[in-house]
Amino acid sequence: MTSLWPRIEPLLAHVTKPARYIGGEQGACEPDHGPGRVAWLLLYPDTYEIGLPNQGLQILYEILNERADAVAERSYAPWTDMEAAMRAAEVPLFSVETSRPAAEFDILAFNLSAELTYTNVLNLVDLAGVPVRAADRGADQPLVIAGGHCAFNPEPMADFVDAFVLGDGEEAVGDITAVVGRWQSQGAGRREDLLATLARVDGVYVPSCYEPSYRDGRLTGIVPNVAGVPEKVEKRTITDLGEWPYPKQQLVPLIEVVHDRLNVEVFRGCTRGCRFCQAGMITRPVRERPAEQVDRMVRDGLDRTGYDEVTLTSLSSADFSGIEKTVSSIINDPECSGQVSVSLPSLRVDAFTVGLAAEIQKVRRTGLTFAPEGGTWRMRQVINKLIREEDLYTAVDAAFSQGWQRVKLYFLIGLPTETDEDVLGITALAKTCVEIGRRYHRNVTVTASVGGFVPKAHTPFQWFGQNTMEELRRKVILLKDAARSVRGLTLRWHDPEATSVEGLVSRGDRRMGAVIESVWRAGGTFQEWSEHFDLSLWTEALETAGLTFDDAVYRHRGEDEVLPWDHVSAGLHRDFLWQDWQEALAEHGLEDCRWTPCYDCGACTGLGVEHVVASSVAPAGGSQGTGQDLDSGGMVPVRFLPTAPPVLTGPVLAGAGAGVGEAGP
Amino acid sequence: MRLRIRFAKIGRVRWTSHRDVARMWERALRRARLPVAYTEGFSPRPKLSFGLALPTGCESRAEYLDVALREPVAPGEVTSTFSSLLPEGVDVVAAQVLPEGAGSLQEEVTSCRWEIDVPQVDPDSLSEIIARLLGAEVLSVTRERKGRPVTDDLRPSVLALSSAGPCGGGTGLIAELGTRPRGVRPAELAQVMGIELGLARRTNQWIERDGSRWEPLATPAADAAVWERAS
Repeated sequence: MTSLWPRIEPLLAHVTKPARYIGGEQGACEPDHGPGRVAWLLLYPDTYEIGLPNQGLQILYEILNERADAVAERSYAPWTDMEAAMRAAEVPLFSVETSRPAAEFDILAFNLSAELTYTNVLNLVDLAGVPVRAADRGADQPLVIAGGHCAFNPEPMADFVDAFVLGDGEEAVGDITAVVGRWQSQGAGRREDLLATLARVDGVYVPSCYEPSYRDGRLTGIVPNVAGVPEKVEKRTITDLGEWPYPKQQLVPLIEVVHDRLNVEVFRGCTRGCRFCQAGMITRPVRERPAEQVDRMVRDGLDRTGYDEVTLTSLSSADFSGIEKTVSSIINDPECSGQVSVSLPSLRVDAFTVGLAAEIQKVRRTGLTFAPEGGTWRMRQVINKLIREEDLYTAVDAAFSQGWQRVKLYFLIGLPTETDEDVLGITALAKTCVEIGRRYHRNVTVTASVGGFVPKAHTPFQWFGQNTMEELRRKVILLKDAARSVRGLTLRWHDPEATSVEGLVSRGDRRMGAVIESVWRAGGTFQEWSEHFDLSLWTEALETAGLTFDDAVYRHRGEDEVLPWDHVSAGLHRDFLWQDWQEALAEHGLEDCRWTPCYDCGACTGLGVEHVVASSVAPAGGSQGTGQDLDSGGMVPVRFLPTAPPVLTGPVLAGAGAGVGEAGP
Repeated sequence: MRLRIRFAKIGRVRWTSHRDVARMWERALRRARLPVAYTEGFSPRPKLSFGLALPTGCESRAEYLDVALREPVAPGEVTSTFSSLLPEGVDVVAAQVLPEGAGSLQEEVTSCRWEIDVPQVDPDSLSEIIARLLGAEVLSVTRERKGRPVTDDLRPSVLALSSAGPCGGGTGLIAELGTRPRGVRPAELAQVMGIELGLARRTNQWIERDGSRWEPLATPAADAAVWERAS
């Protein structure tokens, strides 16, 4: 085995945070590479601190290393100083575990979580000494694979990636290992044969097996160019999260990383139906982990890692059936002696959730974050985030009255049908929150954090023409002016230029590959880092490719237009998405289908799976927490977990409980 | 009750920072379920105090940590179980209960002994450099502090320098560096010597008072023999 360590170590004295490159995490494997084992290098195309905590990558890492026919190691994007040192010393990209050269692996598998990291993917493939374009790779070079949420529009990266994996990777990585292993044992013949075989694996999309066609500068279709591959590639979905209690050995890094705590995934998927949210659309249906397994994973994880904080992860953890019981069993565990704190990402906006937060944050009570997303009720009906003003005020009142002095509110601007009144609704809401806080504390801070909306593939807003960067800038100025006079209100906003570029890549077709490559060749790496983001690189590359922001980003799409991702499927019916888009324009909200009848979005019926939830009623706080008169469709296919019924007791505060019992199947 | 722990930091883990090591200890202490005392308030932290920070990239056989405990524990337990809870390369060498009123590491330690690899310099050249340095009245270094250049004289803290003879492709340097008026880092010593800094390893921290000196916690004889063999 080749270890590059003797050539890497001399570089470390001259770079920032050298421990990014040494591995040594608790839970890491130093696997035996050997004949008959397919070697995977799992890569996250951002720095070690951002990439290490990625749970998807850690899950696949363990699953692969448990297999007899596979090994897996990891690598991350070296920071610019290390990259320069590596290139000067001709040290190629290496794994953090055994310092093995990346090109010696059979598969380079990337997690694609954010569009602005795409240029880093090219850079890492190049640092590995592998041709960046898939067409230029030979039979003896690694396969480049990519998965993660961004794979649901694979086209912008189609020139560089040999195969995409759509949906849950737990089972797909095993299938791919088997195909690659068999191909190797048969003497590793032509690369095209391997790719064509991979293209027949469920959930795997091989771009070279599909040909796009264009007319008058517009995409007219993407169809197979080899026999036997599906016209439409459906995502993979694991039906029972309980069968996959991973990571069992969450990696504990030697240096500080983001989300530096124990993470336990309590459910996958979300059916709240927020129309802007790609994660909620592409991960359906909801699959809960059995509560006993959650308890065990938390207990074992804390014991093993020594962390004093655990996050119960999901897209809306307060919706987990029996969340109160789970939380109280952690914080009241005598072994933890009151030193363990629990956090729930993306709190729901209701007092029930604040009550829960009050219980779990007995230690380290810092700030609470809510995401109303839209500034007015009208706007929130459009995006289907059905929080009334009084819901927010009740939640904020509960937070301030229970000791919190800092509240953070997340909003989006640039949403469909948005008016200036909707935009200014953001500061108006935040201002009222400050006033509520003053009833309890002299000094309160309300931070309104405002992001620019980027329409994403496989969502009802996929047809919407994104706001221009000038329009977003104008809206930011409106907000800044309105916020200036409000003491206690802090406004933060995302760079509209970066928002436009994200839009460019998120809905681009295969022609966007040339743009990504040009930006990378011009040195544009780490584009999601504000100090490295450079709009001019993108503008120039677009011009060279003969594309424009106007057409690629800011233009509304029609119902009949071929979308670059129409040949890959997250299970959602296109007509459901279009219908939901029309409902949005009609300012019409939809209830969560976990506890109300089915809208036939396609995720359950098409994939032959069902929601897996333990509770037959919506959690306290309500289905959408509003009691609004909402439409609903036919019968619900819901399978209930065979566990003890959840007990909905505890500190249910005023304003909560609106939806309890009104929406059983 | 306070417990003093001596530990080593050897190998790849040397590339972690002083703060990283503090976090490793916090996690290890929780895993060991040691009854560590916590600070009061909304953000309770374990009461740990580390001695002089070890620069990132340096190894050490003489790092120290004082842990405040809510109830007594046997030091032997700590030495026998802790290394397995810490990352590879961080190993407990000794542990001992501190007497009431013992001073803190920061207050007490007066000097450190270092073994430093000096690549590409032969023993004769190194001896010349050492002689020049020890003969100097003033050894100025300039560094940036809060955006302004600050010049310090290192000479008072350079207590002793000697050559350890050939090592690898260069020469070994043994340095005894004081902590007052301010501590000197190996990289600063290399700068004033005009040499490239190879691997630097802290071997001892010394408390010197009234003409005699001792370590905050001596290495047990058996362990010391292991260290000698290993080096």
